[in-house]
Amino acid sequence: MSAPEAPPVAPSSALPRQATGVDRRRAFVDKLARGACVAATVLAIVPLVAVLIYVAAKGIGSLSLDFLTNTPAPMGEVGGGIKNAIIGTLLLVGIASLIGIPIGVITGIYLAELGRYSKFAQAVRFSADILGGVPSIVIGVFVYTAIVLHWGYSAMAGSVSLAIIMLPTVIRTTEEMLKLVPDALREAALALGVPRWKAISSIVVRTALPGIATGVMLAVARIAGETAPLLFTAFGNDAVSTSLTKPIGSLPQMIFTHSTSADAEWHRQAAAGALVLVILILVLNIGARVFIRRRG
Amino acid sequence: MKRPSAHDTEVAIRPARRPLFGDVNLGDRLAQSGGALIAGIVVVILAALVLQMIQASTPAFSKFGLGFLFSSKWDPVKDDYGALPFLYGTVVSSIGALIIAVPVAFGVAIFLSELAPSWLRGPVGFTIELLAAIPSVVYGLWGIFVLKPFMAEYVGPVLKSTLGWLPLFQGPYDGLGMLTGALILSIMILPTIASISRDVLRAAPPTLREGALALGATRWEAIRYAVLPNVRSGLVGAVLLGLGRALGETMAITMVIGNKVDISASLFEKSSTMASQIANQYSEASDMQLAALTEIALVLFAVTLLFNVGARILVWRTGRMPGGGRSA
Repeated sequence: MSAPEAPPVAPSSALPRQATGVDRRRAFVDKLARGACVAATVLAIVPLVAVLIYVAAKGIGSLSLDFLTNTPAPMGEVGGGIKNAIIGTLLLVGIASLIGIPIGVITGIYLAELGRYSKFAQAVRFSADILGGVPSIVIGVFVYTAIVLHWGYSAMAGSVSLAIIMLPTVIRTTEEMLKLVPDALREAALALGVPRWKAISSIVVRTALPGIATGVMLAVARIAGETAPLLFTAFGNDAVSTSLTKPIGSLPQMIFTHSTSADAEWHRQAAAGALVLVILILVLNIGARVFIRRRG
Repeated sequence: MKRPSAHDTEVAIRPARRPLFGDVNLGDRLAQSGGALIAGIVVVILAALVLQMIQASTPAFSKFGLGFLFSSKWDPVKDDYGALPFLYGTVVSSIGALIIAVPVAFGVAIFLSELAPSWLRGPVGFTIELLAAIPSVVYGLWGIFVLKPFMAEYVGPVLKSTLGWLPLFQGPYDGLGMLTGALILSIMILPTIASISRDVLRAAPPTLREGALALGATRWEAIRYAVLPNVRSGLVGAVLLGLGRALGETMAITMVIGNKVDISASLFEKSSTMASQIANQYSEASDMQLAALTEIALVLFAVTLLFNVGARILVWRTGRMPGGGRSA
C-alpha cells in the first residue's frame, strides 16, 4: 500500500515518488544479482592466479642454465635437464606450423575470397568446423592408425597431429579477418584493372595481415601446450633428437610423465618445465594481442 | 554455309583481347583451382579420420557388436572389452563440470557485457581468455600438487560431514577421483562458456535493454526479463560448446581422476573417462585392445560431433536475430 497522496498517473512530476517496499526489494535484488556477477568474475580468475603462482613458485627454484641445457638424469638422481624436451617442442611446433599455416591461410583465403558461397566452399567450411571440435586425443588416435602403425613413432607423426589440430583455427581466423576488409578496397583494385589474384594477394590479404598473424600466433600457442596426441605419436625421447623419423621428447609430455611419477625431484622438475612452457605460451598470447593493437 | 551473325564478330574480336600467350585470366584461374585444391585438404583429412578409425575399430565392433557400449568389462588377459565405465565416467564428469562452471560463466558473461565499466572489459576479458591458454597438462600438474591435497584435507571432510548421507559422497577420499576431475574440467571449460555467452549477450539488440531501462526497470531486471529470454538459445549453445570441450578434455582429468575402471555412484570414487583410458593405454595396446580403444575414440568423436553441431546451430541462430548486430 502506498501513501494516499501518491498520484495514480504521471509519476514523472517534479516531486520524487516515495520509495515503497517493493522498490526497496527491487533495488536489493538488483544489487544482489550485480554483486553475484562480480563475485563470479573474481571466482573465475582465482584458478588462473593460483596456477600461475604455483608454477612460478615451485618451478623457479629448479630453473637454471644447467636445467635448460642438460638431458634428463635417471629417476632418483639429482640434476638433469630438459634440453631434449625444449628442442623437441620447438621442432614439433615448427614443423607443424610449416604444414598447418600455409594450408590454413590459403584455405581461409579461398573461403573468403574465391569460393565464398559455392557448395564446395560450404563443404570445406563445415569440415573445418567439425575438425575444430574433434578432441585432440581423437586426432592422435587417427594419426596413430594412419601413420604410426605403418612407420612407427616419429617426430613427423607428432607434427602432423599438431598441424591437424591447428588447421581449423587458422582457417577460421583467416576467413574472419578477410571478411573484415571493406569491399571498397576490392572494388577499387578491380576497377583499376588489377587481376583478382593480384588484388587479393597484394591488397586484401595485406590489409588483413595483422589480424591473420594474431590468429596464427594463438594457434601456435595452443599446439605448443598440446599433450594428449603426442603420447602415442611423438612418443617421447630422453636423448636430444632432431630426426623427423625418430621418437622425440616434448615439454608437455615431460611435464606429464614427471608429475605422475613417484619421485620428488621429478615433481620439482615438472613444475620447472611447466614454468618454461607457460612463459612460452604467455609470450605468444600477449605478443599476439600487442601486435594486433599496434598494427590492427 | 554459316549464317553471318553478331556471334561471328564477337569471335573475331576475341583473339585481339586474349593473346595466345599471357592470358590475362590465367592467374585467376590458377588461383581458383589451386585454392580449391588446397582447401580440399581439410575435407580429405576429415574423411580419412572417420574412415581410418572405422577401419581400425572393425575387429572390436565385429567381436562385441553394440554390446560393447553396455559392457563394463575391461580385461586385457581374456581380451574382453566394454566401454560402459568410460562412457559413464565421461558423462558424469562432464555434467558435474557443467553444474559448477555454468553459473559462474554466466555471471562472468553478464558482468563483461552488461555491468563492467568499459575500461575494465578488455583486461578482464583478456584474463579469462588466458585461462583458456594455459595447457591442460599444466592444470593437471596443479591438480595433482595443489587441488588434490586441498580437496582431501578441506573439501572432502566438509562434504562428508554435511552431505555424507547422500550416495554421492561415500567411501574414502584421497583427493583423486570423480569430484576432483569434474572440478578441474569446470575450470577448463569456464572460459569457453563465458566468452561465447558474452558474445551472445552482446549480439542482443541494444533496444531490448534500453527499452526495459526506459520503463523503469533496474539493471538486473533489464537483463533478466528483456535480454536473457531473447538470447536463451545462444546461451544453451555456449553451454553445449563447453560440454563438447569437457567430453574430449584429456590430460588434466587423466591426471586427477584416478584411472580406475569402475562404475560407482560416489563422486569420491576413482574413475576413468573415454579420453583418459585412451591416453593411458593406447601406446601400450595392440590387436583387440587397440581396436577396442579406437572404437572408444570413435564413440567419443561421434558424441562430441553431436554436441558441437547442435551448439553451432543454436549460437548461429541467435547471431541472426532481427535487429541484432552489435558485432561480437
